[in-house]
Amino acid sequence: MKILIPLFCGILFGLGLAVSGMVNPAKVLNFLDVAGQWDPTLALVFAGALLVALPVYQLSLRRQKPVAGDEFKQPDKDRITVKLVAGAAIFGIGWGLAGFCPGPGLTALAAFSGAAVVFVVSMLTGMLLWRFLLQD
Amino acid sequence: MVNVTEFTPWAGLGGGLLIGLSAGLLFLLAGRISGLSGITAGLFTRDREEIQWRAAFIVGLWLGAIIYTAVTGHIMRVDAPSSLILLAVGGFLVGLGTRMGSGCTAGHGICGVARLSKRSVLATIIFFSTALLTVYLVRHVGRWS
Repeated sequence: MKILIPLFCGILFGLGLAVSGMVNPAKVLNFLDVAGQWDPTLALVFAGALLVALPVYQLSLRRQKPVAGDEFKQPDKDRITVKLVAGAAIFGIGWGLAGFCPGPGLTALAAFSGAAVVFVVSMLTGMLLWRFLLQD
Repeated sequence: MVNVTEFTPWAGLGGGLLIGLSAGLLFLLAGRISGLSGITAGLFTRDREEIQWRAAFIVGLWLGAIIYTAVTGHIMRVDAPSSLILLAVGGFLVGLGTRMGSGCTAGHGICGVARLSKRSVLATIIFFSTALLTVYLVRHVGRWS
């Protein structure tokens, strides 16, 4: 039970990334390249995702607790910090350089993409550096 | 090298609906946010239950990709225009930035916006802006790719 829900949701997520073409950095980078080969697909992926996620989240939050869990694990919503702003800015730069963000990078490993391996290993290095050296 | 890609609105919308359904269900059923940077970074713990659900989600991503191939008959396209150096530097900054800023495209951009978090809306505006600027600099000013 504890495994089945995340496994099923992971399958839906991976399918969604594959169907939408967002596992393909060429498509993502072309979305970000407004001044060049612009491919607006990513905007529709976001719109489609929010069309479902927004109402489901809002309806979920009317419940005391999740259907098969003890509590909604919700991070802080309001406190704007330097870390949030700087972290988001750094993430965007990395995303623009590589064309992968974490979900597509991990999913692309299933296509035996060498680029995805380089990306994911570097991403894990960045995460661990933050975790063990920089995080206060 | 810049690959030409075709605008695929229906596949984009359909894939987006699946991603939104995944995020919505994980929250409704298990009370968890489907942010891939958070799910991945949270693997580095000794808490077995935490490791199990996170690993299950990531294995699910791969199964989803395999099901896609089984149903459509072709392997999903992964063309990375960036050089290995840009992939490595980019990956490192993605890892560092998503931990410093507590989220990525899915965690802030989809889940955070869906729960109307001010932090996530701001983070989403910022990472889209710096990503757009980075691609502009790489492709049109520096011409590194």
